[in-house]
Amino acid sequence: MSYLRAVWLFAAKDLKTELRSREQVVTLLFFALLMLVVFNFAFDFTIIDFTTLGAGILWVCFIFSGVLALNRSFQIEREQDRIQGILLAPIDRSAFYLGKVAATVVVMSAVEAILVPLSVILFNFQFSDRIGIAIAVLILNTIGFAAVGTLFAAMTTRTRRGELLLPLLLFPATVPIALAAVKSTTHVLAGRPFARYSSWIGLSCAYDLIFLAAAVLLFDHVMEE
Amino acid sequence: MDANARSAWLDRLLLALLVVLIPACLHAIFVVAPTEAKMGIVQRIFYFHVPSAFAAFAGIVLCALYSALYLWTRDRRYDTLACASAELGVVFCTIVLITGPIWARPIWGVWWTGEVRLTSTLVLWLIYVGYLLLRSNAENRDQAARWGAVIGIVGALDLPIIYKSVEWWRGLHPKVLKISGGQGLDPTMRHVFALCTLTFFLLFAHLLIQRYRLGRLADEVDDLMSARRRPSPAPPRPASWS
Amino acid sequence: MAIAARGLGKDYGPIAALDDVTLDIPAGQHVVLLGPNGAGKSTLLRLLATLALPSAGTLTLLGQDATRGDRLALLRRLGVVSHQTFLYDHLTALENLVLYARLYGLGHPGRVAASALEDAGLRGRAADQVRTFSRGMQQRLAIARALLHDPDIVLLDEPFTGLDRASGDALESRLRSERGRRTCVLSTHDFDRGLRCADRVVVLAAGRLVADRPAAGLDAARLLALFREATGQADPGGRA
Repeated sequence: MSYLRAVWLFAAKDLKTELRSREQVVTLLFFALLMLVVFNFAFDFTIIDFTTLGAGILWVCFIFSGVLALNRSFQIEREQDRIQGILLAPIDRSAFYLGKVAATVVVMSAVEAILVPLSVILFNFQFSDRIGIAIAVLILNTIGFAAVGTLFAAMTTRTRRGELLLPLLLFPATVPIALAAVKSTTHVLAGRPFARYSSWIGLSCAYDLIFLAAAVLLFDHVMEE
Repeated sequence: MDANARSAWLDRLLLALLVVLIPACLHAIFVVAPTEAKMGIVQRIFYFHVPSAFAAFAGIVLCALYSALYLWTRDRRYDTLACASAELGVVFCTIVLITGPIWARPIWGVWWTGEVRLTSTLVLWLIYVGYLLLRSNAENRDQAARWGAVIGIVGALDLPIIYKSVEWWRGLHPKVLKISGGQGLDPTMRHVFALCTLTFFLLFAHLLIQRYRLGRLADEVDDLMSARRRPSPAPPRPASWS
Repeated sequence: MAIAARGLGKDYGPIAALDDVTLDIPAGQHVVLLGPNGAGKSTLLRLLATLALPSAGTLTLLGQDATRGDRLALLRRLGVVSHQTFLYDHLTALENLVLYARLYGLGHPGRVAASALEDAGLRGRAADQVRTFSRGMQQRLAIARALLHDPDIVLLDEPFTGLDRASGDALESRLRSERGRRTCVLSTHDFDRGLRCADRVVVLAAGRLVADRPAAGLDAARLLALFREATGQADPGGRA
């Protein structure tokens, strides 16, 4: 069986599980929404322009719900020892990693797809002609976050304090992605020309490629017993 | 045994050098070096701050190299070295993070700013504290070694990207420090600085060897116990399976 | 020999979970592993499944060195069952099997999975999510999953744990029907069932192999005496 097909099988399996355990998806969305509302109370947006703070607020919501999604995704593999079944299949383990990354990106993108329009309503800002580049920025940075997050979650979720350890390790390591995401998103929200933030896009691309490649090489060592 | 004897000999030599060099450094910093005209006495903290940053950097780079070697060879000695390097990286990072604000307060008027090097150092410190936390939460020695190696390599790959991103983020912030080149520095200051850097590197090497030998002893104890004592009453069961 | 272990050992830090185990298992033989909790049964099975690397000794599976070489080729010929099912709750029985059929690169995954469900007596529930299954049905499905790719060696770690009597009987007769066809290594606390499924009894205690007998001629009482003598423990241990 081809490698890419295995990646697809793992991603599809995860997404099917997500879709069918609806209460999980709803909980995740509700958590992200709640954070957005808390921020709405915390800052007075009648005097602050959303474009200055909005990107930061959105990405804090995305990143926190991303950590929840990652923790749960690996928790599912731990239950009933499903991970053992996967490790015993005659498949390169990095295919499992890439499948997980893909599924995480889709789940986080779904949260983003709901949160962004909602924040348009909640925070009352104009945003319509820049959807294409906004989606590109969101996905590019979500991939970087998911790439490192999946690698780390594969380790932390095997420890007793896993839920706490994952953000502890992940947040510092994804500082470049967080900065690039917030900066690019700010520029997109403010409608500035692409040239103003193209170097940030470049940084996100570099981050994605470097850590996807590193993780594919390192994942075998992570999963070994 | 031979390698052990050699490292013991090297370590004694380092210790002897440090016994001479550390008082010499203190003398050079507080007596020989002239007081900087604008910043005054607090500038002398640079003689600790900057060499610590070099040592921290060395720790992180060595940790990544030994981590890669460990994954390649699966020789536990490389892991012991990687872990020791990371610990020293954290220690020297901590010194950087303490001495930086002490200098910044009188000079910039604030304890903390978004200065690129300081911010990047803080992020790195957080990553390597995470490294140590993850290791201490692993189920067994091999898992700690493998996981540590992964974080060690990822952390070092992250280092230049973090630096670049923080630099861009701060964008317009003035670059206040010109510490690396040393041009414009008084020649005496430059010599004191060189002496301090040398001393800190030797201190780093000494501590690394000490920590390595301690780690080896701990491994040896483990091996002896596994050879002598049968698991009683029950060994830790692997997390999965029964 | 399907399985040849020489001086096999595994350390977890300062503690040896397994120490100097030498064991030859010819193809088709069924071996039951007995021992108190923490004796090393699970560790041995993990090594045989190539899920963990031995700290000492060599392991040859189906004529291939298990610690190097083409691990994926070896995995295609191994099947593993534990008291955990490995199955995804939110996928249907059929989807679980099709997923594994594809992962093992089997031709016609749908057909293979459907006929495995038929054999497990679960055809009527093919389209139901596994979370709606009873423990016994889940275990039947787990065994169908492990045997999907027709492995030469089957490793079972406490497969009877948590099963009701009827499901246990069904698993037992399934295992007995596999005698001579596949090599099986089974760990259990249940002496009676273990004896009925196996050709050979191996007792581990504190990570060491302390007894190795043919099952023929042993009954439960004799086995218990042997167990007590070999391990110094009065009873077979808890039900983990």
